[in-house]
Amino acid sequence: MVQRRSFSRLIFEIFNTLFFLLVIAACLIPVIHVIFASFSEPSWVMKQSGVILYIKGFNVEGYKLIFQNRNLVSGYLNTFFYVVATTVLGLLLTVLTAYVVSRKNLLWSNAIMFFISFTMLFNGGMISTYILVTKGLHLYDNRWAVILPACLNGFYIILVRTAMQSIPDELEESAMIDGANRLVILFKIILPLLKATLATVVLYYVIFQWNSWFQASIYLRSRSKFPLQLILKEILVTGDVTSTANTVNASDYSGDLVMYKQLIKYCTIVVSTVPLFIFYPFVQKYFEKGVMIGAIKG
Amino acid sequence: MALPGIVYFIIFSYLPMGGLIMAFQDYKPKKGILGSPFVGLKNFTDFFSSIFFGRTVRNTLAISFLELVITFPVTIIFALLLNEVKNNKFKRTVQTISYMPYFISMVVVAGIIIDFCSTRGPIAQLVSLFTGQTQNLLSVPGYWRPIYIISGLWQGLGFGSIIYLAALSGIDQELYEAAVIDGANRWKQTLYVTIPGISPTIIMMLILKIGSMMSVGYEKTILLYNPQIYETADIISSYVYRKGLQEFNYGYSTAVNLFNSVINFILLLVANKISKKYTENSLF
Repeated sequence: MVQRRSFSRLIFEIFNTLFFLLVIAACLIPVIHVIFASFSEPSWVMKQSGVILYIKGFNVEGYKLIFQNRNLVSGYLNTFFYVVATTVLGLLLTVLTAYVVSRKNLLWSNAIMFFISFTMLFNGGMISTYILVTKGLHLYDNRWAVILPACLNGFYIILVRTAMQSIPDELEESAMIDGANRLVILFKIILPLLKATLATVVLYYVIFQWNSWFQASIYLRSRSKFPLQLILKEILVTGDVTSTANTVNASDYSGDLVMYKQLIKYCTIVVSTVPLFIFYPFVQKYFEKGVMIGAIKG
Repeated sequence: MALPGIVYFIIFSYLPMGGLIMAFQDYKPKKGILGSPFVGLKNFTDFFSSIFFGRTVRNTLAISFLELVITFPVTIIFALLLNEVKNNKFKRTVQTISYMPYFISMVVVAGIIIDFCSTRGPIAQLVSLFTGQTQNLLSVPGYWRPIYIISGLWQGLGFGSIIYLAALSGIDQELYEAAVIDGANRWKQTLYVTIPGISPTIIMMLILKIGSMMSVGYEKTILLYNPQIYETADIISSYVYRKGLQEFNYGYSTAVNLFNSVINFILLLVANKISKKYTENSLF
């Protein structure tokens, strides 16, 4: 009996391990396919109809081409600017607001919390916000149209507020007796204690803005202001569906345009995603933490 | 100190709510919200009597329903199976790798989907083995929902399991020891200890999911769909986008948007109420 049970357990464990090896493969194969294709001979890649699992005729021709593409380079710089600006401004606003609403003696605190929480439940929607930003604030084709609407979010405020409330009041009281004002208390005493939570929020901002393309696509017109993802969208999505957008100056390669378009696609995917993959293992635990805090609140 | 934050919400959240008045107007950008003529419920009746009403609501619900019966349970099973992996190193590796697709941007994911589903792509080739037809899968209405759901699983399965893994690690180990003494085998332990242990989390996620049945995000859809597959792919949010920001029919699209928001809001309130009643958790 005992023997039998451990035997069925063994069978289960083998299958379970195989299942997860399969999951790993499923997660990695598309990534590997793209990376290997980007380094391979484009004419060979064109002829392949399955998944590419090795590099044939190693070359970096595609990468040379895409770095000549001014849009892609400026897209990188723009994204960098949008990420930094949104994170800095957004974090500052979040921290200030969260600090005030975390105080127990705050006047109308329930009303203010309702005022903030309600924005998470109901909003004016895509069109209304678009009209506000373009007609109301006159930010059409302005970089701030990408930054400002993404700055503050009720969820982040609640996240930071919850963390602040777990800090004992005595800490603040003693600092006050020593003559510190509110701002000094916030920045010198409270925030250093919240590093993990703040890291989580920063991460949310960074990932959101790094991956964001929709706002830019509706608010921006000049290509010099486009973030990386919007340039990518033109190369990866629009280029394929309408096959008219020719974003890369490929006149030298006009004969093999389709072939090089394909190569350029693979290379841009790699170039745009690699920074995130390098960044990701270091911050994985903060993401898990963020999901957990969100879940407790939810 | 909270003033900038309050002002921010007034401008970016409450002003747009006021802008919903456009739903009742024949909004003209030149005249603005104050100067545009009111048309009563015309925008709404136009929407309800168009073919897009039935189609977009049906497609939105279909995607939500498939996520509910496929993505939702598969995520839980994934977490349960991962919890059975006793080799910690392997477990961490699976976690790290399976969370990764979640951070790849939607644009890149869409690019990969387009590539894999195009006539020569690996997935289209695989499908052709069964159907005998080689075609671009993104131009066939019947393939849209499987593509949407499977790519969603690829991207979100690992990440979605985090919350259940957290709940699983919170189960008291003594319960398992007690169950073993009572003669429970692994399967019975799962049935009588593990699943009851995470059921509050499951119920909460289920309620949240039901509360958001009518809100399917537009990003993936507007990146991947095309007129050939509107029939199955067009959802309420992508329709609002097309009508409002591509065809500049502001009043009409705001009405569609408002209709959707109100239903979402009601669903969320109902879901929250049920959650409050049957579990200790509630959203607000």
